[in-house]
Amino acid sequence: MNEPTGTEATGSTLLTHSAGLHARPTLKLTMLAKTFAAKIELAVKPDGPWIDAKSVVRVMAMKAPKGSTLHFRASGDKAEEAVTKIVALVDRDFDEAAEGGKAGNV
Amino acid sequence: MSANVGIVIVSHSPKVAEGAADMVRQMVGAEVPVAWTGGNPDGGLGTSVPAIMEAIDKAWSDAGVAILVDLGGAETNSEMAVEMLDEGRQSKVVICNAPIVEGAVIAAAEAASGASLADVKKTAEELSPQ
Repeated sequence: MNEPTGTEATGSTLLTHSAGLHARPTLKLTMLAKTFAAKIELAVKPDGPWIDAKSVVRVMAMKAPKGSTLHFRASGDKAEEAVTKIVALVDRDFDEAAEGGKAGNV
Repeated sequence: MSANVGIVIVSHSPKVAEGAADMVRQMVGAEVPVAWTGGNPDGGLGTSVPAIMEAIDKAWSDAGVAILVDLGGAETNSEMAVEMLDEGRQSKVVICNAPIVEGAVIAAAEAASGASLADVKKTAEELSPQ
């Protein structure tokens, strides 16, 4: 629309969540991804296969376990900010520490 | 009134419907209108057209309403409830061909992003075997 080519960004971080990328973390990740217009993808290997980070169904199907390194790549509007914020969400353990005791591994 | 698509959960069992709605609220949040209905007026298992219409009213959004159903009668009664809405509203209500619990959560997550009714339905239906 405005700029002919958007920016590109990549990032990676270690998934430390005890249950891996299960339902609630996946929802938080995809809902955050959907707040950006940029195309955002993730993979458990640096060379893919790349999964649409905005698709709850596909991200859950990855079944990324604890200890996986999550790789992100984004292109388009605010790509850099998108990757930074998503990596930060994973690093904050999906903000679940503050919700302790509310639920088990969902 | 929310700008996001609303979600209605219709189960034969009020416990299933309420539980699914709880999962939506806890996992997705309050930015998506959610209503549920289940059971017949005598307290048994079943669904009721007036109760479904009431739930649609409760979850109403100008962006539309996506309905998740469990078995047989839940679907036919939901279709009937949609047919009994004002004409202007009928085209803004869809029934998703998706598992009721997972479909409700994933439809709501999509709705929370401001997605259109068609996209909400499509995303929920990705869960069903093709």
